[in-house]
Amino acid sequence: MTEQVPTVETASATDSALSLLEEKFKNAVRRDDREGYDGLIVDPAKLVEVAAAVRDELGYDYLASAQAVDYLGAGDHLEMVYNLYRTTGGPGLALRAQTPRDTATLPSLVSVWPGADFQEREAWDLMGIRFEGHPNLQRILMWEGFHGHPLRKDWKEAYYEQDQKPFDSRWPDGNVWRSEEHNAYGKNVVYPEGFTLDGYEPVAEDAFYDEANLGVDIRPSDLDTDRIVVSLGPQHPSTHGVFRMIVTLNGETIERLQPVMGYLHRNHDKIGERNTFLQNMPFTDRLDYFCSLSNNFGYAVAVEKLMALGKRWEPPTYRAEVIRVLMAELTRILNHLVAIGFMLNDMGAYFTPLMYAIVERELILDFFEAVTGSRMMCNYFRFGGVAMDLPAQMHSTANLLNERVREFDTMQYLRELINERLPRAIDQTDDLLTTNEILTNRSIGVGVLTREQAIAHSAAGPVLRASGVPYDVRRADPYSIYPDLEFDVAVRDHGDIYDRYLVRVDEMRESVRILKQVLRLLGETEGQPFFSGRGGIYSPRVPAGEAYGRVENPKGELGFFVVSDGGQNPWRYHVRAPSFINLTALETMCKGHKVADVVTILGSIDIVLGELDR
Amino acid sequence: MYGSGILRGLGVTLKHFVNTYLDDIRWGFRRHIPDEAFPIRQGLDTRGVFTVEYPDEKLAMWERFRFIPFLVIENHDHPERPGHDWCTSCGICAKVCPPQCIWIVRGNDPETGRPVPEPQAFYIDIDICMNCGLCAEFCPFDAIKMDHDYELASYDRTSAHIFDKQRLSKEFRYWQSIAPTRAEEEAEARGGWEHKDVLKQKAKEAKAKEN
Ligand code: SF4
Ligand code: SF4
Repeated sequence: MTEQVPTVETASATDSALSLLEEKFKNAVRRDDREGYDGLIVDPAKLVEVAAAVRDELGYDYLASAQAVDYLGAGDHLEMVYNLYRTTGGPGLALRAQTPRDTATLPSLVSVWPGADFQEREAWDLMGIRFEGHPNLQRILMWEGFHGHPLRKDWKEAYYEQDQKPFDSRWPDGNVWRSEEHNAYGKNVVYPEGFTLDGYEPVAEDAFYDEANLGVDIRPSDLDTDRIVVSLGPQHPSTHGVFRMIVTLNGETIERLQPVMGYLHRNHDKIGERNTFLQNMPFTDRLDYFCSLSNNFGYAVAVEKLMALGKRWEPPTYRAEVIRVLMAELTRILNHLVAIGFMLNDMGAYFTPLMYAIVERELILDFFEAVTGSRMMCNYFRFGGVAMDLPAQMHSTANLLNERVREFDTMQYLRELINERLPRAIDQTDDLLTTNEILTNRSIGVGVLTREQAIAHSAAGPVLRASGVPYDVRRADPYSIYPDLEFDVAVRDHGDIYDRYLVRVDEMRESVRILKQVLRLLGETEGQPFFSGRGGIYSPRVPAGEAYGRVENPKGELGFFVVSDGGQNPWRYHVRAPSFINLTALETMCKGHKVADVVTILGSIDIVLGELDR
Repeated sequence: MYGSGILRGLGVTLKHFVNTYLDDIRWGFRRHIPDEAFPIRQGLDTRGVFTVEYPDEKLAMWERFRFIPFLVIENHDHPERPGHDWCTSCGICAKVCPPQCIWIVRGNDPETGRPVPEPQAFYIDIDICMNCGLCAEFCPFDAIKMDHDYELASYDRTSAHIFDKQRLSKEFRYWQSIAPTRAEEEAEARGGWEHKDVLKQKAKEAKAKEN
C-alpha cells in the first residue's frame, strides 16, 4: 500500500475565518452547515466582538450588504446575514446571527460598520428585528402609522390573493376582476395599536425641532445667525424624484441632515417572493430604471450562483456573456452621461449638458430597443444567457400608426457607436465641463468623503472610488468575462464632487475600451448559441440554498440576495441598492457646507428613486 | 487664464447652435424633414436638431418593440379556418405573466365536456400589464405577440382597460406586417406558415397517405 498524501484544499474564506474565530470565541461561532449555505453563525451575545475581530484581524472592512430572512416553518427564527468583503479584493464572508421571531432582538453593528445604519433600520422596518444600541432605530421606508413588519412571512398585503404565483384564479377559469373591486381602497388600512392620526407629527422631524433649539440667537463667529429646520423636498426638482432631506441650518450652514425616503416604496422584496424566479427579471428593470440591463445582470448572476449548486446546470455560453458585457458597458456610459448632466442641472447649468447627454443616450437606447424590445424596461437576461440574439438588422416597418422608418445594420451601428460616436461624446463632455471654472469652483473640496469614511459607510461605485479606494466588483470579485478583458479601475483621491465627476468620465473611457474588445469578441462568436439551456422553460429548477450575487452597476455595487427553498419561488429576495446605501454617508458629506451645496452633493452621489425606495 | 474653461465650454455650445442651422439649411428649412433624411437625423450622424415632433411625426417601432400583447387569429380570408384563434388555451402565458394580468377561460365542448383548444374568453388587464413580453416568449403556439400600437389613452380606465378576446385579436397578417423578419423566423421553426397544429395534422395525413 502506498501512503496517500492528503489532498490539500486551499482553505475557503469561511474555513480560514472559522479557525481563527474558534480559537478566540470558542462555541460562539460555528459553521453554517445547511445544504447550499456558506458562512458562520454567530451567537448574538458575542456578535459585536466577533464582528470587530472579523474587521480588524481578518480584514473584512467592507460591509457590502446586510439583510434579514424569516425562516418561518424552517427553524422559526429570524436571521440577519452580513455579507462582508475586503477592500483589497477577494471572496466574501457571510456572518449570520439568529433570533427567535417573537423577541427578535440583535445587537447593532453600526459601531463596527457605520454602513449598517440604514440597512438595520430597513431590517427593523420590514422584518421587525430590534437592534440594540442603534443610534436612531426609526422606520425608514414605511411611516410610523404602518401596521406590522411586511416582510415577515405571515404578513399579508392589502391585495393579497395567494402566497405564490401563478395564481389559480387565472386559468382555466379566469373570470376577470379588478383588484380594486375586490379590495376597495380604504378598507385595508390598519394602524398599529395606540396610533392616532390626530396631531401626528413624523418622528424624524420631532427630533430635529427638539434639538435645534429654535429662535435662540447663536454666535459662532461675529455674525448673528438663527437655527432653522428646513425640509428639502419631497417635491423639489433637485431631489431627482420624491425624496426629502430634513436639515438643521445655522444661517446657511448645514449642521444636521437626515434623508427621509420611501415615497416610492412598493416592497419590491415582497413582490419578489410572490413571483417565480423568472418573473422577477422584468421587476428588476424597474429598480434603477436608467440601467435596467445591468440590473438584469445582477439578478441573473445571483440566481445562476444558486442554480450552479444543482446537477444539471449549464453556465451561460460565451456569446451570452459577451452580449451581457456589451449591454452592461453601454449602460454604464449612458448612466454616467446622464448622471453628469443631472449633476450639472443641480449646479444650475440648466439642462444644456443634460440635453447633450440625452442625445447620446437616445442613440444607445435605440440599440437597446431594437435588440430587447424596450428602451428602458429591457427584461433581456435569462438564467443561462439572454432572451434573443442580436438581430442582423435594426429594422422597422411603417404601419398605420407610425411612418418614420429607419434601417441599420446592427454590427455597423455598433461599430460606429463605439468607435466614433461615444468617444466623441465623452470628449465633448470633457471639453464642455472639466475645466469650466464655475464647475470647479462649486465642486473642488466640496462634499468630501475620506477614504476611511467611504469604506466605513459602505459607499460603493464612483463615490467609493473617488475617495481613493480602487474597489470595483468587476476586478475585486470578478464575474462573467471581465477577467479576460483589459481595463483599468478608475480611481481618484480627493473624495470631493469634482473627483466623483472625474471618475465617471474616466470610467466612460474605460467602458469604451472594454466595448472595443467586446466588438471583436462579438465578431468571433457570431452564430454561437446565446443561451445555454433548453428554450421554453419558464420555471427553471433552483436548488435550495442562499446566494449573494453582486455586480458593478454604474451607481455602485448592486447585490441580489436570494434564498431558495427548492420551490418555484424565491423564499427571500433582497436587493442591495447602491443608491440607498450610498446615502448613509450623505450627512457626513454635507456637514459644514452651505445649503446650496447639499443639492450638488446629492447630485454627485447619483441616486435613482426606483432603486432607493424599492 | 481664468475663464478659459468657460470659453471652451461655450465653444461646444456654439458648435451645437450652428449645427442646428446647418441642419436646417441642409434639409431646406422644412419643419419636418423628408423621409429619406430621417434615418440621418435620428441616427448616429445626427448633428443638429434631434427632436421628433410627436404626434405630427411618429417613429416607426423596431420589429422587436413590445407594447401590450395581442392574440393572433387566422386571416379572415383564410380558406379553411377564417378568423380561427391560434391560441389553444394552454394557460402558459397566464402562468408566466409576472403581474398576473392574463385571465383565460378554457373552452369546453358542450357535448362531451372535454376541453377544446379555442379559449372561451381571454382577458388582459392592460393597466396592469408591464409590457415584459414573457407571454409572447413562452407561448408554444406563437399565438400571443407583442403589439406596436402604443396609443391606448382613453377617457375611462375602469371600463375601457380590460381587453377581451375580441379587442385583443388581430389577424396573422398584421403580425407579418409589423415584424416580418420575426414572423419568418418563427414560421421556419414551426416548419411552415400555418399554425403548429395544422402543420402537424397535415404531416399526419401525408404520412397516412404514404402508408
Ligand atoms: S400560451 Fe399561447 S396558446 Fe397558451 S394560452 Fe397563452 S396564448 Fe394561448
Ligand atoms: S407582456 Fe408581460 S405583463 Fe403583459 S400580459 Fe404578457 S406576460 Fe403579462
